[in-house]
Order: sequence, then structure tokens, then C-alpha cells
Amino acid sequence: MAMLEVNDIHTYYGNIHALKGISITVEEGEIVTLIGANGAGKTTTLRTISGLLKPRQGNVTLWGEDIVQYAAHEVVFQGVAMVPEGRGVFAKLSVKENLEMGAYSRKAGSGIRQDMDRMFALFPRLEERIGQLAGTLSGGEQQMVATARALMARPKLLLMDEPSMGLAPILVDGIFDTIKEINQEGTTVLLVEQNALMALSIANRGYVLQTGEVVISDSAENLKVNETVQKAYLGID
Amino acid sequence: MLTRTLARLSWVDLILRVFQIIAAIVIVIGIVNVFRSNTYTSNQWATLVFAGLAQGSIYALIALGYTLVYGILLMINFAHGEVYMAGAFSTVFLAGYFSNTGFLQSSPILAIIIMIIFAAAVSTAIALLLERIAYRPLRNAPRLIPLITAIGASFTLQYTFRGLYGAEFKSYPQVPALSGTVNVIGFDVPLVQLVVFFAAVGLMIALYLYVERTKSGKAMRAVSEDKDVARLMGIDIDRVIVTTFALGGALAGAAGVFNGLFRPQGVFFFMGFFPGIKAFTAAVLGGIGNIPGAMIGGLMLGLIESLGPNSIVEGLGIPSANQLKDAIAFSVLVLILIYRPQGIFGERLAEKKA
Ligand SMILES: Nc1ncnc2c1ncn2[C@@H]1O[C@H](COP(=O)(O)OP(=O)(O)O)[C@@H](O)[C@H]1O
Ligand SMILES: [Mg+2]
Repeated sequence: MAMLEVNDIHTYYGNIHALKGISITVEEGEIVTLIGANGAGKTTTLRTISGLLKPRQGNVTLWGEDIVQYAAHEVVFQGVAMVPEGRGVFAKLSVKENLEMGAYSRKAGSGIRQDMDRMFALFPRLEERIGQLAGTLSGGEQQMVATARALMARPKLLLMDEPSMGLAPILVDGIFDTIKEINQEGTTVLLVEQNALMALSIANRGYVLQTGEVVISDSAENLKVNETVQKAYLGID
Repeated sequence: MLTRTLARLSWVDLILRVFQIIAAIVIVIGIVNVFRSNTYTSNQWATLVFAGLAQGSIYALIALGYTLVYGILLMINFAHGEVYMAGAFSTVFLAGYFSNTGFLQSSPILAIIIMIIFAAAVSTAIALLLERIAYRPLRNAPRLIPLITAIGASFTLQYTFRGLYGAEFKSYPQVPALSGTVNVIGFDVPLVQLVVFFAAVGLMIALYLYVERTKSGKAMRAVSEDKDVARLMGIDIDRVIVTTFALGGALAGAAGVFNGLFRPQGVFFFMGFFPGIKAFTAAVLGGIGNIPGAMIGGLMLGLIESLGPNSIVEGLGIPSANQLKDAIAFSVLVLILIYRPQGIFGERLAEKKA
């Protein structure tokens, strides 16, 4: 049984039919990436998995259990955390408070302190800024906050929506190294990226989305040499 | 340079500027006249200051209810004055009973604490009913709709309580233990004013610590910033909203008892209207959605209202200045909206969050 199975979901914004039957599977331990142009439906897919949007048709299962039935705030208790598009740090909360909110779903004394120290080992910059309001941090630091915050929930599956968006190229390498590290420590990652080349370089498999549908699904190596993918998303003619 | 600046000013801006300058001049003239004529002694001024602080702390408690709800839902709960009335009005009977049985005289502290808890419970219950029945079904409606509903809910509550308790004015009993005066830095201050002020400030500190330090307080702040992201953390938005209404209700109920101690007369079904609008003014003055803002705004409005008639209005030669208290509060509202719509601590009006 796959860890995550998205089966033929149709998600709407009012009358706008944003997802027209998306199916995706993610096995435990993998990094799977969703690539596609702006407006293809990548964010909508992640928001449907995390429960913020409800599909009109189709289902999402985690270890075989339907998670569409859960409200968004209950999904995190099932082991799914998300780093939202645009990072979504709580600007008026300190770095520490942001991480505490990440651990909101956990009981006090279940190793939250130790996990916070682990986050500071992963992102030493955050320890220096621990008391600072998250809104005053640089874009790269905010991305660290958003990632650490999601990890504080101890998710089994981490959904990441364009973590490299708006960051200076030097920082982007660091982000992808971190994602690999997180994955090696046992967290499964479903990664949405516009930066397809980088995403494919760390992913096991990938799906290409186009106007609400999966048009190609293959291993990362094959996608990297796929002609359509190269033309449309890798900027190679 | 000057022409560029002028060109950027629209007619509305220009008229507002002129109005701002005129208002400032009028206020200054009033103040100068009063102080030149030396009408009042420093003792009289001190009396006004302490009364203003006590009244202001009551406004602050009510204002917190507006600001907490606005912070979470970007909605003005215009029925909040009635939430205050519900607690204050219901508790007048309990207070009367405590007074008749001698309990209020024999153990005043315990009696008052029980009254506060009772009033807070009634107001909280009303606030929760409002949230559940009037506002929750409209959570995704355009913003004007819940506003209209709030006005309807206000009338419903006023006439429900009129039906329950009658239309006559009631009074809180005198509390003998609070009737003396205390000497503060050389001035005689009524004890009741000090008690009300410090009790209210104590509640405000408690609220502040809750919001800043506790897990659910932090969750409340997270929800006020971004509901979707808060959900992703596992925060149940509905529960936070209910908690917010409950806190605002409890503070309003406590304010109702403090008001009864400070100004025992005038308890009736319509008593929530003016304090409601004034507390709303205080919340806007401090910056709506901003918790310390509501506290400071309340205290400032209390002071302005208390000192304004004698220090500004009288100096302009307007007769019976003391009856113009309410007019002063509403002038303050108009002036903030013109000078600084975001209030003292507020950021630009919260369109971005809408
Ligand atoms: N809040 C919204 N309301 C209406 N339509 C939306 C909304 N968000 C996204 N869409 C539409 O849904 C489609 C998919 O968008 P999205 O999932 O954000 O794409 P991506 O993340 O791949 O750029 C687009 O056509 C977009 O215009
Ligand atoms: Mg997107």
C-alpha cells in the first residue's frame, strides 16, 4: 500500500474546475515532485491533500485511510504537514512562537524542546533570531522558519509548495540540500516546484501537471531527458 | 516642490486638512482660555483625572471585546454593548439580594467577586449565543451582512431583557466598604474609583498574559494573522473564535459590575448602547484589532471625556459643558477617523487582511 494515494480528484473554486481528475501516489521514503506551469493546479493539489480544499469527486488516502473526511486542522494529526506557498510565516509571532505553533498538534512534553534544538542544528540562523518577529526576517530565513515549523509537527509526509520561490540563487541550493537531508532522516516529501531542474535533481519521481491534469508521470531521470519536459520546463531546446 | 505637493492633494484631502487645522485651533483656544481664567483648583482637576481613569478602565474592558473579535474575524460586533448590558442588568438583582441579606456588607470582597463571576458568565453566554446563532452562519457572507445582523441582534437582546426584567431603571446597592476616600499623592480619591481601576487593570494584565504566553493565546494570534496557515498547524479555528467571543463577553460582564459599583444608577435594558459606542470609539482610538491599543484607548477616552468638558468646551464659552460628555466622545471618534483612522497603535486599515 502506498503511503499517499490521490485518486482522480476534482477540485473547484466556485465554478472554476481547477483539478480535472488528478491521480498521484507517493511511497514511503520518496521525494516526489509536481512540476508544471503557473496555474497548472500544483498548489490546488497540495491544498486538497492537506484538507484546506475539499474535492468534489475522488479521494485521498493515507495508508489506505480516507483523509478527505478530516477537517484541515485534523489532517496534521494524521501525519501530514505543509510548507505553504509564499511561506506563510506568522509575521507578528517570534521565530520561537512560529515553531511552537508548528508543534501545536503535539502534547506538551512529547520532545518538543528537543525537536526545536534539532531545528536549530538544521538551521543555525534561526537560533540567532529566536526572539525576533518572523516578519522582520529575510526571505531565505522565512523559508527556514516555514520549513522548521512544518517539521515541528513530526510529519510522516511533508508537502512543500515552491520553497525556492523568490529566493536568491545562492540560497536555492541550500534549500534543496535541506530537503534531501530531511528526506534522509525519514520524512517523505511531496515537492511542488517551478524550478523543475533542481526538483528533478533530488526527486525519485515526478508528475507533470498541465491545466488541472497529469500529463506525464515518470522517474526523475527519465523526466530530465524527456523532450517535452525539457522544452516546456527546463528551458532546453 | 510646493506645486507638486499641491497637485497631489485632492479636494477631499484639502478640506480634511483645513478641518484638521480648525479643530486643532479650537481645542487649543479652549484649553488656553480655561487655564488662563484659573477656574478650577488642582484638587478639582485631580478628581476629574481619577474619575476619568476609573471610567476609562471600564471602557477599556468593553473595548477589548470589540478588538479581540475584530482581530480574529475582521468584524465589528456591534451587539457587544448588549453583551455588557446582559451581565450588568442580570447582576443588579444578585447585588440587591446580597445587599438585602447583609452578605454584601459582611463580606464585600467575596460578594463582589461572586457578582463579577456571575456577570461574566451571563455575558459570556450571550456572546456565545450571538456567535453561534447570528455570526457563524454568515462567516463567508459579504462584510456588510454581519454588520446589519449585529444591529438586529442588538435590538433583539435589548427587548428580550426588557421583557425579562422590565423597563424600569434599577440601581446597584451602595457598598459601604467602598464608600470612603483614600489619600493618593495628596489628593482625596474615592476608594471605589481606585478599586475599579486596579481590578480592571488586573483583568487586562491577565488577558495580556494569556494572549502572549499561553499556547491557546498564541494560537489566537496565529489565527488572527492567517486562518489557513493556522489550520495547517492543527488549530481548530472555530474553537479559537468561540474562545475569543467568550473572553470578550467575560470582560464585558466584569465591566458591567465595575460600572455598577462606580455609577450605581441607570441600570436598564438600553444601558449598553452608549458604553458600547464609546468602547468602540476607544478601540478605534487605540487601533482596532490591537489589544494594548484597546486598553490605552479606553483609558484615554475616559480621561478625555472627564477632562474635556471643563478644559476645552467651557473655555469656548459654551454653557453647561458637563452635559456634553457624550458629544465629546463622539467628536473624538470623528477626529480620529479624520486624523488617524488606523488609531494610535494600528497599522494602515486592515484591507490587506480582508
Ligand atoms: N482562490 C482561487 N479562486 C479561483 N481560482 C483559483 C484560485 N486559486 C487558484 N485558482 C485557479 O486554479 C487553477 C490552479 O491554480 P494553482 O493550483 O494555484 O496553480 P499552480 O500552483 O500550479 O500555479 C488556476 O487556473 C487558478 O487561476
Ligand atoms: Mg502555486
